[in-house]
Amino acid sequence: MLIKQPSSIKSFEITSEKNYLNRRKFIQSSTLIGGSILSNNLFGANLPEKPFAELSDIKSSIYSTDEKINNFLDVTSYNNYYEFGLDKDDPYQNSKDFQSRPWSIEVTGEAEKTGIFNIEDFIKPYLLEERIYRMRCVEAWSMVIPWVGIPLANVIKAFKPLSSATHVRFETLHDRERMPGQKSRVLKWPYREGLTIAEAMNPLPLLAVGIYGRALPNQNGAPIRLVVPWKYGFKGIKGIVKMSFIKGQPKTSWEMAAANEYGFYANVNPKVAHPRWSQARERKIGSGVFASKQPTQLFNGYGEQVAHLYDGLNLRRHF
Amino acid sequence: MLTAKTARKFLKPPVFLICLLPFFFILTDSIELTGNLGANPIENIQDRLGNWGLRFLLLTLAISPLRKLTGQIWLTLFRRMLGLFTFFYVLMHFLTWLILEQSIYLPAITEDIITRPFITIGFLALLILLLLASTSTNNIQRKLQKKWHTIHRLIYAVGILAVWHYWWQVKKDITEPLIYVFVLSILLLYRIWIKYFSRKN
Repeated sequence: MLIKQPSSIKSFEITSEKNYLNRRKFIQSSTLIGGSILSNNLFGANLPEKPFAELSDIKSSIYSTDEKINNFLDVTSYNNYYEFGLDKDDPYQNSKDFQSRPWSIEVTGEAEKTGIFNIEDFIKPYLLEERIYRMRCVEAWSMVIPWVGIPLANVIKAFKPLSSATHVRFETLHDRERMPGQKSRVLKWPYREGLTIAEAMNPLPLLAVGIYGRALPNQNGAPIRLVVPWKYGFKGIKGIVKMSFIKGQPKTSWEMAAANEYGFYANVNPKVAHPRWSQARERKIGSGVFASKQPTQLFNGYGEQVAHLYDGLNLRRHF
Repeated sequence: MLTAKTARKFLKPPVFLICLLPFFFILTDSIELTGNLGANPIENIQDRLGNWGLRFLLLTLAISPLRKLTGQIWLTLFRRMLGLFTFFYVLMHFLTWLILEQSIYLPAITEDIITRPFITIGFLALLILLLLASTSTNNIQRKLQKKWHTIHRLIYAVGILAVWHYWWQVKKDITEPLIYVFVLSILLLYRIWIKYFSRKN
């Protein structure tokens, strides 16, 4: 009955919240000084190979929330990443030996620029940004996570999608040896997710390569994952190896598994219940045993930035 | 063969304590003595209590078949105790949901019980268990006589409701609910077989 304790994260590896916040302030002030002098092209984003390695030259973002950040241990030991098992601590336990290098990302489909890119080259043209976002899981719990990454919109623009492209589809690595969870048939592998081009061009979606100022841990989707803060967490596809510009709405893994429960849009919406449970309130992870659940906000509170994307769309039908 | 008297004297107290162990570990985990409750402690407590409720339910249902198969009459001594532990763990599971998960927020509680089928059936199972637990004393058993057996056959309904409740709340992977379905089916089919087919032998 013992719960496995994530013991191999050494305590010194965990950034204390105070140090972390101090560092953020430092980073902020340094980007204010440095960022204005240097042009964006001068510092390309560098991505270290090892999870937890410290990232440098991170700029802050106006899109970050100032809500209390969840602690590192919660964010790295309570994950849904079925490629490494179904229980919440499985990804942490089973991804320890995962090697996320060499890693390449294939870009295909209806775009002017396509090809296969090394992760390092893929990231290089952009600046790393920190985005502190609320994360709302479809299972009615939530966290606040300090992601580091590059805005998806910039990447999309660089590949110049053709006007025929309506959607962008992402795929996770499909490798049963490296991702033992793929031996189970609980989902159709590879994991597939997608956005409309308009959603992908919104300033909020992030291709994250880090958390807490460090390279992404394996259990959080190393080396690169998507973060779409106004949608349920399962839209945030991890371990991305493929990005395709396509005509028409792609089928996503969760939609293929249970279309009546997990729609393509998956926008956070307290009024549209999951067929089996309410989405009206959420359990904030780390809030303690005696805390009440908090009310869930439409679009997870990002309505100001994204509500216009869905003008005229019946959110109840297109859940 | 063990006599009922020695079983009562020497087996019942340790079995009672063993049955309390899962509860004990939840308590010691919550103060991080034997482990911890993870990032989502309420979910952890709720799931563990629910799981133990189901396990004790299946153990309770296994007593009669085991007795018949092994001829060890004393096993019956443990049936009521295991049944009451089932009720205990299910009640704790319910109270965790009521107090910690829902913070006794009545609109959410009534909405869940009415509109979420898996909670409806779980709640129904709890009510039946409450009836069974409150009529479990020797006195009441004697008073109700034949009716008592009829009432207590509701435990089979509880078994089905409980497994169903579990099945409906998992997100996708139904392996564990399937294990419970499998064990429950064996225990129920055995009774059907005894009732309708075994007389011929």
